[in-house]
Amino acid sequence: MFDTLLPYLLAGVSVGGQYALIAVGYTLVYGILRLINFAHGDIFTAAGFFMVYLVASVPLPLAIPLVIILTVVLGFVVERVAYKPLRSAPRMSIMISAIGVSYLLQNLMWYVTGGLAKQYPVLPGLSQTIQIGSATTKLVTIVTPILTIALVVALVMLINHTKIGMAMRAVSVDFETSQLMGIKINNVISVTFIIGSAMAAIGSLLYFTNYTAVTPTVGAMPGLKAFVAAVFGGIGSIPGAMIGALIIGICENLIKAAGWTAFSDAFTFALLIVVLLFRPTGLFGEKTTDKV
Amino acid sequence: MSLLKVTDLVVSYGGIEALKGISFEVEQGQIVTLIGANGAGKSTTLRTISGLVPPKDGRIYFEGRDITDLNTQKIVETGIAMVPEGRRVFANLTVLENLRIGAYLRKDKEAIEEDINYVYDLFPRLKERSWQLAGTLSGGEQQMLAVGRAVMTRPKLIMMDEPSLGLAPLVVKDIFKIIETLKGTGMTVLLIEQNANAALHACDYAYVMETGRITTSGTGEELLASEAIQEAYLGKTSKS
Repeated sequence: MFDTLLPYLLAGVSVGGQYALIAVGYTLVYGILRLINFAHGDIFTAAGFFMVYLVASVPLPLAIPLVIILTVVLGFVVERVAYKPLRSAPRMSIMISAIGVSYLLQNLMWYVTGGLAKQYPVLPGLSQTIQIGSATTKLVTIVTPILTIALVVALVMLINHTKIGMAMRAVSVDFETSQLMGIKINNVISVTFIIGSAMAAIGSLLYFTNYTAVTPTVGAMPGLKAFVAAVFGGIGSIPGAMIGALIIGICENLIKAAGWTAFSDAFTFALLIVVLLFRPTGLFGEKTTDKV
Repeated sequence: MSLLKVTDLVVSYGGIEALKGISFEVEQGQIVTLIGANGAGKSTTLRTISGLVPPKDGRIYFEGRDITDLNTQKIVETGIAMVPEGRRVFANLTVLENLRIGAYLRKDKEAIEEDINYVYDLFPRLKERSWQLAGTLSGGEQQMLAVGRAVMTRPKLIMMDEPSLGLAPLVVKDIFKIIETLKGTGMTVLLIEQNANAALHACDYAYVMETGRITTSGTGEELLASEAIQEAYLGKTSKS
């Protein structure tokens, strides 16, 4: 029994970790701007294409950091161009702007690629085959959860124990008073987009090791699932996003193990509905300690 | 030369003029108060000085320098701190973090630690609650924290927007004691109050605002003695 389930569990933890790296970007940005950044899945896709085009001209060890840098620049520019000018606009406007950015990026990628799927390069270390118990899998299966947990722990430390982290927490509750402390809120917001994009770029390196065809809409489904994970974990909570993502990844794969592969995506979205109905603040949703 | 000088300040929100050309000065080392009813434009005045609201016309000078067009962060750097209306402590940060964030722009680590101790001496209750989230404090404690946080910026001028709002009378007394203590350390205070009686007793100079204009000014004693002021703001009926 365990032997049959093991490969599915491993795949679940692995894909869950990849969702988690995307989910962190959703939850961070939501925590500060109360914005669902609909373009985040497309930034993940763009990271995939950056890699495809970069390996054509530079060696792999150089391509990996460049992918992360380019993705970060893209996330930063999107925020400055499409969200920052709408800082004092109603929240609905900025959300619509996010949807616009999402379609813009998708269509740009259609234009550049001609709509053909591109083959993601093989990352030698990650694609290596290994044996765990009775299961044969790729090294990425082990690397993903370890790297995800390490990055999430580092991020939580950054937020709780550094000056910029303190500023992020302050800005997340009160823009105006943060300004009165001399905090440049635009810089703090940029930092959250930079962190979120970097995590998505790292997530893409791991994700495309298993799913090697990159298309302009390939990020939509993992993006949506990561969003569900962020809501499930309690949007705004970083550990919540990670745990939510791991649970979703594992459940999806257990459903596949049960032979209901066709329903694995449906499960995720059914979960979203159930969470919104019965526990809208998610597993670790924001506690309010405000006293008036 | 006065520390703060405001000349012909006009501010409008969506076509409505909240300030219709007000001028006033705050002398170094004094407590100056703006009193007046709700909607008179008192908060707007402070928000404009701190750069949160752009003025339509008029100038603001601090230590002789024109600060009208500076952004909030630059204005904080020049030495103006604000204790906002409703306290606005960061509920999700600890008491200590709230103080540290007041020193956000400062690089002098040792002096920051000294100032934290100074604030804790001023408000021993905050020291006891150092590790508590600010959201769990009582209203009076939050007000102390908001004042302490402003002190952490090492301001030359501290502006307070309705510090006594919603607090118990005994706590209000404490707050006014603190304001006098701050003055004793050489700080200049610009205070907005609906509690005109307490404000006029504490201040060196007062301006009375009505619907976007300054209508009267004088020392605290002068205004306390004025019948018109007593009638309008101190709840005393005139003798017939």
